[in-house]
Amino acid sequence: MSARPRNLAGVITFEQVSKRYPDGTLAVDGLSLEIPDGATTVLVGPSGCGKTTSLRMINRMIDPSHGRILIDGKDITSEPAPLLRRGIGYVIQNAGLFPNRTVLGNIATVPLLVGMSKRAARARASELLERVGLAPELGKRYPAQLSGGQQQRVGVARALAADPPILLMDEPFSAVDPVVRTELQDELLRLQHELGKTVVFVTHDIDEAVKLGDRLAIMAVGGRLAQFGTPAEVLEAPADDFVAAFVGRDRGYRALSFASADALPVHPEPTVKLGEPLRGNGWLLVVDDTDAPRGWVNADEHPAGQPVRQQDLRLGGTLLAPGGSVRTALDAALSSPSGRGVAVDAAGKVRGTLRPGDVFGAAERAATSGSTEAYYDEKQLTATEHAELTAAEQGADRLSKDGR
Amino acid sequence: MNVFSGVWDWLTDGAHWTGESGIPTRVLEHLEYTALTLLAAIIIAVPLGAWIGHIGRGAGIVGMLANSLRALPSFGVLILLTVWALDRAWGTGGLLAATVVTLLILAIPPILTNTYAGVRAVDPAVRDAARGMGMSPMTQLLRVELPNALPLIMAGIRSAYLQVVATAVIAPYISLGGLGTYVYYGLSQQDYPQMTAGAVLIALLAIAGDLLLAGIARLIVSPGLQIPRRRAWYRRRPNVSPAAATTAAVEPASTDLDSEPNDPDTAGDDRRAAAR
Ligand SMILES: Nc1ncnc2c1ncn2[C@@H]1O[C@H](COP(=O)(O)OP(=O)(O)OP(=O)(O)O)[C@@H](O)[C@H]1O
Ligand SMILES: [Mg+2]
Repeated sequence: MSARPRNLAGVITFEQVSKRYPDGTLAVDGLSLEIPDGATTVLVGPSGCGKTTSLRMINRMIDPSHGRILIDGKDITSEPAPLLRRGIGYVIQNAGLFPNRTVLGNIATVPLLVGMSKRAARARASELLERVGLAPELGKRYPAQLSGGQQQRVGVARALAADPPILLMDEPFSAVDPVVRTELQDELLRLQHELGKTVVFVTHDIDEAVKLGDRLAIMAVGGRLAQFGTPAEVLEAPADDFVAAFVGRDRGYRALSFASADALPVHPEPTVKLGEPLRGNGWLLVVDDTDAPRGWVNADEHPAGQPVRQQDLRLGGTLLAPGGSVRTALDAALSSPSGRGVAVDAAGKVRGTLRPGDVFGAAERAATSGSTEAYYDEKQLTATEHAELTAAEQGADRLSKDGR
Repeated sequence: MNVFSGVWDWLTDGAHWTGESGIPTRVLEHLEYTALTLLAAIIIAVPLGAWIGHIGRGAGIVGMLANSLRALPSFGVLILLTVWALDRAWGTGGLLAATVVTLLILAIPPILTNTYAGVRAVDPAVRDAARGMGMSPMTQLLRVELPNALPLIMAGIRSAYLQVVATAVIAPYISLGGLGTYVYYGLSQQDYPQMTAGAVLIALLAIAGDLLLAGIARLIVSPGLQIPRRRAWYRRRPNVSPAAATTAAVEPASTDLDSEPNDPDTAGDDRRAAAR
């Protein structure tokens, strides 16, 4: 599979699009936006700001009250809605798998709708099952026999089955636990690297947005587009107080994601293999047969010469791989019981450790070199902006609880 | 005690098992009325209930229709229809039609309301996905909503069957046959063993037919819908094979669904209604 095929179709253009619901709610207000092809654009904002409405207007699940939407310059209303939808992948929060169909049957839905033969559709479905990281045996199961994370993977496979240029995803990972969510996010990044689709992703979680997005569209309550730009631009130069407040007080810390940690010095670290006798004192890094880190053991707590057992390990946290950011390096240092962050090579073997002083120094330099000084100052806000922000924050809080 | 032995003697008397008014003939007649009625009820009530459930409007009409049908007295309807059929000189066919229509009035409400409820109970996320994948409304209904509503539809058919099989006892009042003849003649001739034997046969037929319908439901309902309580099941036996899973369901279809309704995402519903 060649990386990132280009000259793809799937540019989505919003032209002065508004949506007013019959009850008078203005969900989207004059949205003009060009979503580039072959990249992930994240619509992010507080609850009720019109993210879902905007997304669902792209595949005509909702019709705009004003304005129009174009895909590659063609008005989306120029073909019947079901035909349009077959060319756009659609993933929703609880996967929405058909309970009466097997996993393979679910994935084959759109290929069958577009007239592919049964056999070809099944072959295609098996291929996708593998693509999203699921074992072939799962193909014969029913959705009720899958975990939430597996269901969500099937949802993604089903959306990709007819190879649409565009993938719409509405909070696809918000109903799974944080560990699985991270796995799914990594999987999506990997898939997107291979496939290079135009992905439009909705979330209320700024961390998820920064992690997945090539572009962020920050939306404010009332359906207004507050800022559109790369994650680095948004974090370093929020367009207004609303965006500054929404990206939050950890903004400086998040901005460290864009500073490379490759220049940080990696010091040699003595290691001990699992099962080998303990030696020395203080924290010792334990590795497995392939030199991959397993955790730390405190030599002072065990008699010297005793073999290192699995249950003696304090499991380490984040690892810094090549190409990692200063944020990852900082997290590696802070999550290690010894204070020394573990750096690994591309194959996962231990390269050595980072000294906390080096990491903090790099963090400081990254923070002061960017234009990250414009922290949000509550006193400068007008009354309406303040109300908007409070509502936004409450909305985000409520949602993050709902997500569990 | 002598009632029971009388019933036993009546049932085991070989003479009652042959001829025009023998038990096999009566059972077939009884089944004929019942099967005709069920078939007609399914043809009428399933499409109607499914469509109303699909468009999501008209729940009030379904309820009203079902309740007003239930309120009609079967016996009165039968007499009225018979008089009408005789008036037109439609003969035995007319009498059969009168019986079937009378029984239809009992059979339609449970099938109609269960079909409607089954279609409505499909997870809104599932319906949303079906539409979002590019299914036409008819495809959504046939491929997604009806298959998922099938456990409830079958439950409705079973309850309709039970009512019809019990009520078909009225057929001999307009000189048709069926197992009701034993009850009817037993009563008028004060032949209580015969009357009770008729009732026992009807009860046996009811149980047998219900078991048959439950078996059919087990066969035609997707195995994916026969897995009791999804998450709990998965956590308890994460490595169970699909083959084991398909045989794992032991509950009748009706209780499976009744005990675990999908929680409707009303916000999503409104949104779809508004978008339409
Ligand atoms: N069918 C509807 N009828 C009336 N108002 C609606 C409807 N659907 C959504 N709204 C309103 O429109 C606004 C935008 O809703 P939308 O679902 O697009 O928000 P969202 O950004 O996706 O929020 P969330 O993060 O909570 O999912 C909200 O105020 C919502 O209450
Ligand atoms: Mg939403």
